[in-house]
Amino acid sequence: MNTHLDNSIANRGTLTSERSGVLAAAGLALALGLSLVFTTGFAHPSALHNAAHDTRHALGFPCH
Amino acid sequence: MISRVLAAGLLAGLLAGLAIAVLQAFTTTPLILEAESFEGGHGHDHAQSLTAASALLQHAVLKTAANGAALIEIHSAEDAGMWMPEDGLERTVFTSIANVGTAIGFALVLLAGMLLAGDRITETTAIGWAAAGFVATGLSPSLGLSPELPGMPAADLVSRQAWWLATALCTAAALWLILRSEHGWAKALGVLVLLAPHIWGAPHLEGHAESAVPAHLAAQFTGASLAVHASLWALSGFFVGFWWRRLAPASA
Repeated sequence: MNTHLDNSIANRGTLTSERSGVLAAAGLALALGLSLVFTTGFAHPSALHNAAHDTRHALGFPCH
Repeated sequence: MISRVLAAGLLAGLLAGLAIAVLQAFTTTPLILEAESFEGGHGHDHAQSLTAASALLQHAVLKTAANGAALIEIHSAEDAGMWMPEDGLERTVFTSIANVGTAIGFALVLLAGMLLAGDRITETTAIGWAAAGFVATGLSPSLGLSPELPGMPAADLVSRQAWWLATALCTAAALWLILRSEHGWAKALGVLVLLAPHIWGAPHLEGHAESAVPAHLAAQFTGASLAVHASLWALSGFFVGFWWRRLAPASA
């Protein structure tokens, strides 16, 4: 998307889209990322807790 | 843009999570298993003490005599039917999956932060962000709530989780103010926000509760846990930068 704007900077590995596209992608990544960490680190259902038990302890997330 | 973010986050988390699963297998997991052997009588997850084992065995034998069921009653006797992975390969597999999930989460949060800040995303810059991530989710919370082994007494779980989350958020916001703000007053505010959760204080039990876990195990575990946590962030950051650059759209 919007390749005319960012071809010049794409090669440097920097942002490759216009600001609104960046914000949408960043918002989605933030929501997904936090949900994942919550699920593995904090969610209470016992099956999730037991499956992720050793990881929670190893990373210092409050467990039990 | 969205597919590049998701692909970089997934690949980075997969590689970092698997690598850290190997590290855990040699550092934290043996300590967790050893601590669980002191946990007997708690009726807790994965309890492996001799007393607990013999009690369970007795239970299983009784069950067998009463209803003809086999030894499958052992776990339900301890955990009221809760599923848990079997020790050994199954437990390792689920721990690895949880690691990969956490690492993908860290990688996506890292990407989100760097995109919102408008930073260039390379291995070097992403590792810098990962260092801040470690301070926010590892170092700062550990000052109030030391990484704990199974069998160590602790305050109510929900209150500890709430303090942990608040501390991680405050620390992340404080680091942003201190490191990225131009204004002196904002940096000063950052220092206050950094200290606030520790001045408030983490939830702890009243007095000195007895721990079933020997002190040297607990001390080893705290160090190992922080090292594992730092390594998970560092590798997530490195692979975020690596994949972000390689997934750049082909330019004309």
